[in-house]
Amino acid sequence: MVRIRTHFPTLRQLPLLAAIILLAASTFAALAQDNVFTGTNTGNDRIRIAVADFKPGSPDSAALKRTFDATLYADLATAGIFDVVSKSLIPQTTPGGPPEMNVNQWAASPSSASMVAFGSFAISAGRLTANGYLFDARNAQYPQVLAKQYNEEASEDSARQVAHRFADEIIFRLGGGIAGIAESKIYYVKIAAGTKEIWEMDYDGANQHAITHLGTITLSPRVSPDNSRLAFSTLGREGFQIRTYSLLLGRMVNFASSGGASFSPAWSPSGKDLAYSSTRSGSPSIWISDSNGALSRRITSFKGGDVSPTYNPRTGSQIAWISGRTGLPQLYVMDSDGTSIQRMTDGGYASSPSWSPNGQFIAFAWDRKYGPGAPGGQDIYIMEVATKRWIQLTHDIGRCDFPSWSPDGRHIVFANTADGQPTHMKIWTMLTDGTQRRALTGPGGDMPNWSWK
Amino acid sequence: MNPMKAMNPMNLRNSLTLASLLTLALVSGCHKKASGIDPNSLGPMPAATAAAPTATITADPLAIDLGQSVVLNWRTQNATVVTIDGIGEVNLNGTQTVSPSNSTNFHLTAKGDGGLTEANVRVTVRVPVAPTAPALPADVSSAGDMGTDAAFKQNVQDAYFDYDSADLRPDASTSIAQAAAYLAAHPGIRVVIGGYADERGSAEYNLALAENRANAARTALISAGVAPPRLRVISYGKEKQFCTDSNESCWQQNRRAQFSLDR
Repeated sequence: MVRIRTHFPTLRQLPLLAAIILLAASTFAALAQDNVFTGTNTGNDRIRIAVADFKPGSPDSAALKRTFDATLYADLATAGIFDVVSKSLIPQTTPGGPPEMNVNQWAASPSSASMVAFGSFAISAGRLTANGYLFDARNAQYPQVLAKQYNEEASEDSARQVAHRFADEIIFRLGGGIAGIAESKIYYVKIAAGTKEIWEMDYDGANQHAITHLGTITLSPRVSPDNSRLAFSTLGREGFQIRTYSLLLGRMVNFASSGGASFSPAWSPSGKDLAYSSTRSGSPSIWISDSNGALSRRITSFKGGDVSPTYNPRTGSQIAWISGRTGLPQLYVMDSDGTSIQRMTDGGYASSPSWSPNGQFIAFAWDRKYGPGAPGGQDIYIMEVATKRWIQLTHDIGRCDFPSWSPDGRHIVFANTADGQPTHMKIWTMLTDGTQRRALTGPGGDMPNWSWK
Repeated sequence: MNPMKAMNPMNLRNSLTLASLLTLALVSGCHKKASGIDPNSLGPMPAATAAAPTATITADPLAIDLGQSVVLNWRTQNATVVTIDGIGEVNLNGTQTVSPSNSTNFHLTAKGDGGLTEANVRVTVRVPVAPTAPALPADVSSAGDMGTDAAFKQNVQDAYFDYDSADLRPDASTSIAQAAAYLAAHPGIRVVIGGYADERGSAEYNLALAENRANAARTALISAGVAPPRLRVISYGKEKQFCTDSNESCWQQNRRAQFSLDR
């Protein structure tokens, strides 16, 4: 088996992880029939898309239209499947509808677009109306790919949400049938003076707001697959305990406590079970309960610590987790009944696994040269489960932790502190090839968890 | 005074305690009296002269645990008024159940036309007393049976751990032995053991590591004879730090099992 250690100059030049792996593998051509394929771009090169500013349909729509245009542009630019034409290269027209659209103008140099998104945006009687179109610039005869109309109460938030929904339509249509993520949420820990609470934000970092107000330390938020509940662990008189919060009811809901501490929850893809680490029988072990904390059963039993489980979201039949049974914590995989245990990492200090939506990869944080005085850094890695081949995604940006996959498997959100100070931790996203890294929060954001849809 | 009314528990208790002693005291009392004026030796009294009263009081049992009760039983002759201290005036002959709260002498006085006689019984009440170390009476008196934080901190010292380890070091074993001795001398103390980890590494794994550290300290205390129900473990992982600099001396401060009074 070829162990791929990527070389970073190469990585920087190539946009797609799939391409990198193919290249790296091709250097071992005799051995490399297989490739690592993250789904970042399933198939073609990135589609070159032009995004026109929408045509204002009413004079008072300027402020919200600016929000809408910026959001739509950012959504498509960060989707990971487009080459978005720079605004300075596109024609200086704002077609509001199909009659005003001349695709040849957009297909020509310098914009050279394959696709054009455009439309109109108006406000009347307190409601915003957006008409969005997607045209194939190379098909002058029948260019229309998509036409959508949105009508919402006029507000900053709904202007953003409408842009997200239109972006998701485009991404779904052009991205190999994988739903876009522009309407997904990220839950995270907000570090304030002496407390840590759970917050929620949109996938692009907008709309940050608190969910819990428990006044203590709350860690490891995990949202259920149907977005109805949050599980996390909260420090109380009896130590850290798993607690659950209903996002539908807007309040805490019961999760039976079991004696001992319990922490690092993980939802099964069915949403019926919760795996977590519990100390009810001594050393921290992986247990599984139903979503109310009942029907608990012990899955691992070994001295050392077993923490941070994550289900294979595609099958629900495997769990990856971190175990200290041989010393420093390592990444392991087992069947969800505790059998077929495999060690995945060969050393260093591994933590915080997150299983990719397609079941093929595990993202995790790894300090490969961990130890007192050792020069290593903690970075984000992804490993192909079947082959244990891995790729490093972050380099020399300080301590990274808590990767979490986006629902489309094209992005990873993670926490990073450039100077190592825990309070300077920020939340970032990047594509699964490590490119397009951008901060979503300021200092004080930690332990992000991307919603399942 | 109405005797029944006087029978409130407090009084009863006092009277009762006396009762058991009384039996003894009585006997000697009788002898004393007898040596003074033995009616028998004097022969039949003149009819005009009233006979001197006699009195006996007994208690059954003579010793009780706190909260239990005893039966006082007294008999008098030639008496017109019989009183028991703490109970008041009672019948000439009678029984009474009492529950004294501490050891009590029940003192019976029988008055008659022929004079006055007394009888005593002592009831011993065993009150459970928390054993305390004689060397540290100040702690006990000032803060109840948990002792003071200062004395606790002095005698039960935190255990420190090596990097990524939950094994007790030799220095910790020494302090654990001292801690166990202190806890043995202060059985009223309950302890919460906090597990801590330094800032390096994963937050979730450090919760497990710190839990194992606290458990190691707990296990050592149990091995040294401390009862498990007195010990409670909380892992704080790296969420609470004693020291926030990024250097080894600071990290060492944070790799510990901390003992605190579990109030």
